[in-house]
Amino acid sequence: MTAGPIHIVGTGVISAIGNTLADNLQSLQQGRSGIGRITLFDTVHRETLPVGEVKLTNNILAFRTKSKKTLSRTTLLGLHAAQEAIDQSGLRDRLSTLRVGLISATTVGGMDRTENFFPAFLQDILKGRLRDVVDHACGRSTERIADATGIRGFVTTINTACSSSVNAIQLGARLIAAGQLDVVVAGGTDALTRFTLNGFNSLMILDPAPCRPFDAGRKGLNLGEGAGFVVLAPASLCAAERLTPLATVSGFANTNDAFHQTASSPEGRGSFAAMEKALAMANLTAADIGYINLHGTGTLNNDLSEGTAVKRLFGEALPPISSTKAYTGHTLGASGGVEAVFSVLALREQCVFPNLRFETPMPELGLVPQRTFERRPLRHVMSNSFGFGGNCSSIIFSKPV
Amino acid sequence: MSLYILGMGNLSPQKTWEDETLLSQAFDYQNQMLTSIEPDYEQWIAPQQLRRMSRIIKMGVTAAKMALQDAGVEVPDAIITGTGYGCMADTNSFLIRMIENQEQALNPTPFMQSTHNTIGSQIALLLQCQGYNQTYTQESFSFETALIDALLHGAENPGQQILVGGVDEITELSHVIQSRFGIFRRSLRSSLDLFRKPGKGTVNGEGAAYFLLSAQRPERGRRVCLEGVRTLYKPSQETLLAETEQLLKASNLRRQDIDIVLSGNSGDTRLDAAATAFCKAAFPSSSIGLFKHLSGEFPTASAFALWLSTRIIEHHHVPDFVIYRDLSRPMRNIIIYNPYFGTHHSLLLIRAC
Amino acid sequence: MEQLMEDLKRQIIEALNLKHLKPEDIGNDQPLFVEGLGLDSIDALELIVLLQQQYGVKLDNPQEGPTVFRSIRTMAEFITTAKKASA
Repeated sequence: MTAGPIHIVGTGVISAIGNTLADNLQSLQQGRSGIGRITLFDTVHRETLPVGEVKLTNNILAFRTKSKKTLSRTTLLGLHAAQEAIDQSGLRDRLSTLRVGLISATTVGGMDRTENFFPAFLQDILKGRLRDVVDHACGRSTERIADATGIRGFVTTINTACSSSVNAIQLGARLIAAGQLDVVVAGGTDALTRFTLNGFNSLMILDPAPCRPFDAGRKGLNLGEGAGFVVLAPASLCAAERLTPLATVSGFANTNDAFHQTASSPEGRGSFAAMEKALAMANLTAADIGYINLHGTGTLNNDLSEGTAVKRLFGEALPPISSTKAYTGHTLGASGGVEAVFSVLALREQCVFPNLRFETPMPELGLVPQRTFERRPLRHVMSNSFGFGGNCSSIIFSKPV
Repeated sequence: MSLYILGMGNLSPQKTWEDETLLSQAFDYQNQMLTSIEPDYEQWIAPQQLRRMSRIIKMGVTAAKMALQDAGVEVPDAIITGTGYGCMADTNSFLIRMIENQEQALNPTPFMQSTHNTIGSQIALLLQCQGYNQTYTQESFSFETALIDALLHGAENPGQQILVGGVDEITELSHVIQSRFGIFRRSLRSSLDLFRKPGKGTVNGEGAAYFLLSAQRPERGRRVCLEGVRTLYKPSQETLLAETEQLLKASNLRRQDIDIVLSGNSGDTRLDAAATAFCKAAFPSSSIGLFKHLSGEFPTASAFALWLSTRIIEHHHVPDFVIYRDLSRPMRNIIIYNPYFGTHHSLLLIRAC
Repeated sequence: MEQLMEDLKRQIIEALNLKHLKPEDIGNDQPLFVEGLGLDSIDALELIVLLQQQYGVKLDNPQEGPTVFRSIRTMAEFITTAKKASA
């Protein structure tokens, strides 16, 4: 199992703060959040719940990705980001000749269209347009992306709630390390839906104002949507194909908090274990990490739990920390992928991103996140994704040597 | 690198738990919906936990506990689950209430339980297993990817015991929607006649099967191994055959060594012709067996097939209603070939070891 | 008030699927959370929904939950007060 280190050679992202890598980076640098009013669909919560919407309609997304506008928005967002990542990698023409895998992740799948099918269907079981449910299953968005990008062979989808797309990247790296695949396009995508909006609202963890991760006065999260994908390739292939490594996947871990279905343990044992194991795999100590992109949803529970774990693990060696969900909202299944791309951007640009709208540290912890955009030398960046069901994943990206 | 199957738990439309003999009788279904024969869940799950669980969670958790009991293990090191549709009853329940109540006063429990990873997470919670936990949802690759992950995980962590499962449920509503796509038989009055009476369409199925796997050879008990798994999305015939060769070669086997191919023909003659042709071309000297008239067609039906293969090897016997072509061989090496609606093809290699 | 408390017991058993309990098993002043019935944070959310659906009473701040839902009696008192206030 030695193809050398596993590198990221392409990245693609679409979110509330930009449709491309460049747009996202600019927004991150300028402190420009994408949280705002709901425009994508009708809902009673339109005036009361801010969200992070991608600022493109399905029609435009379909046009830009050369696909059908009747596809699920989850598919369209995913395809947009995956295509950007593949283009950046320079491997577009080699996808049919190398052993390539597509590992995507999503929690809503085609629910954006399914929820439009149901009202008519509930009145009459013969009503409702079948094309609104044909792509309901999570795996269907992945198949559409595979078909559009020409990837055959190994295709799969992960759904572990908010940690989904980090897990996709982890599996991709493992399959390449084991010599089973040459290249993997890995990441995740989720569209905003009434279903998730109402679901999170019923759990009473949404903030009626723009979210404030890690702040003492935080009230909850804002939902977002988007997609983030990376292209993974081993060092040996990078050399053979003259690919440019953007970052190295140096360590990762997947653990389970096993505390409660929707709440994290107060001490953040699952998060602590995930971060600790990721460091161990990367052969690094806490002091080596230059920046942590937190999961930082803005909920009372996550931020206290994650903060507790971070403080315990890093102690005096705490690097700059921030949650970019204050920019994008919580993109659920896509968050790991989106934030992986942000972490790679941080390494490429040698900078750390601010934690917007932070004012007062949590009294229990006293942690002060990064407040400004700042250029800093960085060698290793950690990104956390902790989900419902106790699924905790952490990943470390490093500057390629 | 193979994994020993230390324990199994299977809830299916057949009596596949607390069964001493292998499928001594086959259960027949009249309405194209093959639903599971379920145990008394209160024997397996405490009331305080049971109260919140929808049927699919009960099925998954119970199958997992059965597998662990079968293996004599209390807590696994990792839990990997495959589910094609996820928790549909809870998803539909929340969606319907959302529409009917116009987004007001919605109960959080069904939403909380609707995410695909609820099954694997509930198992982890009940067992207090803080190890690796993953959920795959890629149609008929869901369980297969879970196995591929387990094979990888076993190679990376040789001492670990990995619980792997495939779970999917039928709900009335989902059956109605799927029926509108024309994928089921219209009027098949006996599911056991699925292959005897040619027609367009398959029958709906469901099940929950978990397996405890380990790279370490067990001291006692069954000696059956999972040797390898391949998933192929829209492969050409050449690729399918080539990958089959690769799978066998990795275990030093030739096609003549395969005693039986359990083929996932769905009963839809439009698709089955290609499946049967492939089996005969790839394994001309092997017996062929069928299983979807027993399990129904659903994304994780291959978990039923894995259970069946293991039992076949243990019992040295293939039940009559599984056999399609009998070439009377001792059952040591089994290939499961699972085609799914023409796009997903998977291969699993199981051996006596 | 007595009738309200009896109704609440029935409704809670149904809403939280506490199949093994009968109304007479729940004391008027018995703690509902942590000890006593051992309910958790999701149950608290379900009780908030119950208040709204059955009694039209809203609890906007989930932080008030532990006080309001301490026992059947405190729930009944909360409902009675809220209904008087809106009358």
